[in-house]
Amino acid sequence: MTLELNPTPNLPPVAASQAAVLRRALRSPLARNRAALVGLVILVPLLVMVFFPALLAGDPNVQDLSASLQPPSAEHILGTDKLGRDVWARIVYGARPTLLGAFVVVVISGVIGIPLGLVAGFYGGRLDFAIMRVLDALLAFPALLLAILVVATFGSGLGTVVVALGIIYVPAMARLVRSVTLVHSRLAYVDAGRALGFSDRRIMLRHILPNLVAAVVVQSTIDLAYAILDIAALSFLGLGQQPPDPDWGSMLADARSYLLQNPWPAMSAGIAIALAVVSVNLVGDGLRSQLDPRERER
Amino acid sequence: MTATRAGRRVAGGRHRTAGDALLAVRDLEVEFRTSAGPVRAVNGVSLEIAAGETVGLVGESGSGKSVTSRAIMGLLPPRTSRVRGSILLDGDELVGISEKRYRKIRGERIAMVFQDPLTALNPLYRAGEQVAEALRFHFGMGQSEALRRARDLFADVGLPDPDAVVRQYPHELSGGMRQRVMIAMALACEPEVLIADEPTTALDVTIQAQILELLRDLVRDRGMALLLITHDLGVVRELCERAIVLYAGRIAEQAPVESLFVAPHHPYTAGLAASNPQISSRRARLPQIAGGPPNPANVPPGCPFSPRCPAALDRCRAEVPPLLETVPGRLAACHRSDELVAGTLVLSWEGPT
Repeated sequence: MTLELNPTPNLPPVAASQAAVLRRALRSPLARNRAALVGLVILVPLLVMVFFPALLAGDPNVQDLSASLQPPSAEHILGTDKLGRDVWARIVYGARPTLLGAFVVVVISGVIGIPLGLVAGFYGGRLDFAIMRVLDALLAFPALLLAILVVATFGSGLGTVVVALGIIYVPAMARLVRSVTLVHSRLAYVDAGRALGFSDRRIMLRHILPNLVAAVVVQSTIDLAYAILDIAALSFLGLGQQPPDPDWGSMLADARSYLLQNPWPAMSAGIAIALAVVSVNLVGDGLRSQLDPRERER
Repeated sequence: MTATRAGRRVAGGRHRTAGDALLAVRDLEVEFRTSAGPVRAVNGVSLEIAAGETVGLVGESGSGKSVTSRAIMGLLPPRTSRVRGSILLDGDELVGISEKRYRKIRGERIAMVFQDPLTALNPLYRAGEQVAEALRFHFGMGQSEALRRARDLFADVGLPDPDAVVRQYPHELSGGMRQRVMIAMALACEPEVLIADEPTTALDVTIQAQILELLRDLVRDRGMALLLITHDLGVVRELCERAIVLYAGRIAEQAPVESLFVAPHHPYTAGLAASNPQISSRRARLPQIAGGPPNPANVPPGCPFSPRCPAALDRCRAEVPPLLETVPGRLAACHRSDELVAGTLVLSWEGPT
């Protein structure tokens, strides 16, 4: 007798909402998931760079023109760039604009995209049509092109880039939330909630929204990885963080011109970007399996 | 004993005497707006259920039984459907009231048990929390009090080890246990009317019997009115006092269960009864009613059953038969029900014999 039927075989995994579940998931951690553990091992130093850069390196903007383009040494573990600035310090201080910027991009896309997708999927009809067509129009533009357009209008700077990317990332998030909401609002528990007299708002916020957590977490980590790349790309083009403050994309752009004399600055920035993207993806994957009460049992 | 329990339940509230209709539906019509024009899914359905009574609503898919139950619950989408007629809940009209007032009635005065217990519970909340939410929402109970009450309800619906079930997630429960949790949830606010929409369809046979027994005990002990929606004639015979047979959104026949299938007054009921397996029968194949139910968007003129009826006359194909009393306590909508009552009309069903 198979009483343990899987009720929603084709659904995205379901997430646990309760704080207790989350706490337990994080405590008995991703340990069983080796890939996620690797991601976490990379992510932790990156987070230290973001929040406590002074612990790891000195001033990234101190120039020493007599010691430019040095290879790695005891004094400068990743060498120096063409103005003699310490590459390690610039990597450490460059983490914040890149990573925190990408995080804010995802937060903006979630804050706008989740309510839009939830309402569109739950109510359907004309409201759904209106919301989704506007988002489709937004989706039709290449992300970088739209960001460049915004920057050209409002002036360059990290803040403008982050807000522009945040809005550009809304359609992906809203579409995902809408599709999961569509599935869930047709499940019997939503009807059961209605039959108990719950209001639409209560059903959306207390019953459907928690079921979106897993999908949103996964989408957010994917978006986060892309946002890191997009921010780096825009800074590479000189539209993000402005000199002399360090940031991985602009470091890459600067280092390009003397790549053959000293590859260390370019490689350091490139590897930092790659590691950040990989770790975010691995942790996101692990988090998803931890947030699913069914997958946790296995 | 039934009377005293029922009496205690309503002691603080409305006054009620046995036999009065707790739920009275009059000439219910439900129309859906579709791209192909309006579709009438329910057409003039009337029914009454008294406290402590169980009425079965029988019909095949598309006969309008689920739409009727949803109309009573006020769960039909307001933008694409229109409900006309009258639904009286203990004297209070429900048709046309605001969604806000309906929300108060749902759960508190009418509750519903769904067909599919596998998806009718939110996978993210423990069973106890889901029942507790209803109690907190309607009665403003605190979480710990609501959870204690949920535990008691779980014991009432015969869940083994209710303390453990309170803390379990839906995926940790079997289908039968989940259906018991659903029933506990529906009972949480002590509704006067319970609608059970195919409550046993998704369960295996032994569990079905247990759930039916539970429903019977609950109706008896709590003096609820139970409207049981099903296509399973065995379930109707098991549980209901009266049955209403729906066909294409209309009532074909209404009768006490003990006489309905023995001496049907409508050819459709006769066909259903004939196609039910009998342990004493030695026929290799069961008789069947040829054809399928009409498309609700395109119901034939006259009696909707006439295209499939072995006894259809020209009159049946032209004129909708009214629902009339055939013998005291029984109603049928058939031009030839007199002949069926008298036993002079013999129906021969197609199909291999």
